[in-house]
Amino acid sequence: MIESLAAVAMFATPTALAAIGETVGQRSGVLNIGLEGTMLLSAFAAAMVALWSGNPWLGLLSGGLAGLVLAALVGLLCVARDADQVVVGTGLNLLALGLTGAWFRSLFGQSGKLFTVPTLPKVGFWDPVSVATPLLALAVLWLLQRTYWGLTLRAAGENPVAVEAAGRSVPRYRWLGLMVSGGLAGLGGAHLSLVVSGTFAENMTSGRGFVALAMVTFGRWSPIGACAACLLIGYLESLQFSLQAAGKGVPQELLLALPYAVSLLALAFVGRGVRSPAALAAPYRRTK
Amino acid sequence: MLRLRAVAPYAVALLASGLLFLVFRVSPVQASAVVAEGAAGDRFAVARTLLKTTPLLLCGLGMVVAWRAGVYNIGGEGQLLAGAVLGAIVFQAGGAFAGAATPWLFVLIGGLGGALWASIAGWLQAYRGVPAVISTILLNFVILQLLLWLVNGPLQDPSLGVPLSRRLPDVAMLPRLDRQSDLHAGVLIGFLAAPALWLVLYRTFWGLDVRFAGANPEAARANRRPVRWIQLGSMALSGFLCGTAGGVEYAGSLGQIGSGLSQNWGFLAIPVALLGGLDPLGVVVSALVFGGLYAGSDNLMRFTPAGSALVTAFQAVALLAFVATRAELRRREGSAT
Repeated sequence: MIESLAAVAMFATPTALAAIGETVGQRSGVLNIGLEGTMLLSAFAAAMVALWSGNPWLGLLSGGLAGLVLAALVGLLCVARDADQVVVGTGLNLLALGLTGAWFRSLFGQSGKLFTVPTLPKVGFWDPVSVATPLLALAVLWLLQRTYWGLTLRAAGENPVAVEAAGRSVPRYRWLGLMVSGGLAGLGGAHLSLVVSGTFAENMTSGRGFVALAMVTFGRWSPIGACAACLLIGYLESLQFSLQAAGKGVPQELLLALPYAVSLLALAFVGRGVRSPAALAAPYRRTK
Repeated sequence: MLRLRAVAPYAVALLASGLLFLVFRVSPVQASAVVAEGAAGDRFAVARTLLKTTPLLLCGLGMVVAWRAGVYNIGGEGQLLAGAVLGAIVFQAGGAFAGAATPWLFVLIGGLGGALWASIAGWLQAYRGVPAVISTILLNFVILQLLLWLVNGPLQDPSLGVPLSRRLPDVAMLPRLDRQSDLHAGVLIGFLAAPALWLVLYRTFWGLDVRFAGANPEAARANRRPVRWIQLGSMALSGFLCGTAGGVEYAGSLGQIGSGLSQNWGFLAIPVALLGGLDPLGVVVSALVFGGLYAGSDNLMRFTPAGSALVTAFQAVALLAFVATRAELRRREGSAT
């Protein structure tokens, strides 16, 4: 029982980390479609660093750093300039797919080689990152709802002109939101390669970044909501393994499709009536 | 000045992506030479380029019509798969039911399959407020797993031990244009669809509505244009074009469906459409360029095992550099006035 609970938490963690970060990003008004690519590149960076240094903690750190670097790229284009956030995010996903594919094949040959990376230590059935994730969600909730900083960040996503009228910098808060989004997506990607799979494979994130985006909406732009929504996804992912082990005659492909189908259904039911940040994905230009 | 503004983003894109080759220790000059040879060196190379251009072009056109309407369809890949899957289901049920017209019907069926699949996302956006940018990508994963399940089960060719559907007989395949290469009549469809879409977008009332709804949805609503219907319709047409690409791949090149049905064509078509300026005729040019790059990328493997993944990265760098330059120019323009 505890073991399967820990498994659900483990499967949920990469998506949950990304979704918590993206909640902050979207509350500040930036839509980071590049979440998928951020997770993929970070998973790769984490796996490579862990493989070469032999230290999974260093891997985790570099995953987070890779996420920050990619978020900075989005920030340069979408916050410092006013490029379309969907276009840039799509470009970022493509970039991560191409770069990780090219590096992976350069290092391990055309067909790719299976290797195992040193994984994070577990206490009982639990890995430290999975345990820390819900606590992080609570901390983020507190930051967003109970601090002046969080109020201003949310205002940057709801009514940026008001933020500027109050003498605060909209770009600064959007940069911050974006960095939280990128950094946490990076940690999520690192968790995927360092804990969930213990290896790297081409396009291994297989849509988790997009599921995370869907869970931000499903979780109604609350870090706790996003975290809870991702637990559902984690449960569905863990089903693939438990049902298979139990020998029930459910085709594996349909189980694999389940997280995506459920995300869609969830969105179809809660999509309307949920108010997204008013200035989400709208580039902000200072009024003069 | 105007001319420079139009050219600069492309120049920067080319330069930046050239630098990428240096990162992978491939000489851009040498790489362009081998890629050019693989893309246009002989009639086989040209055929290869045209065959890779076709899905990029059809899906790229699909992206144009949806994005111009303000619906971010990034699920061309799933719509392509849906088109081919529906074709394979019809073939399983009815065989080559219409003689020589069968392959063309498969192309049409593909279009319908894609349109149906895209309409789910169109409906979700227009009536349930779910952004297409999320739903289309989720639908990609659903159809991919559905396809894998079908070719492992109901649609699997029992005489093969591998997950592939039954092979189309020759009569159900699109006619060859060339005795020696694999060039088939399906490549014509993309080149016909581009001017047709141009006419629809710029010379019909519906096309005006599409561009109006995309450029300024509030103004369109205020003018009592049925924005939801326009979005749904543009998504359906977008999916139709992507599904057509699936039908062409199925009845033209592959003859059966399996996990290798699409090499990410629907996904790679997004930068093709954006670099083509979201204009049907511009997309023809950019699809030819990237079709050639992918056709020539097999040759790249002589230098680096990265191969086609490097072309994907190249495409991404080109897109980001293009977008960055445009944003920068826009900003300077803004500060000048």
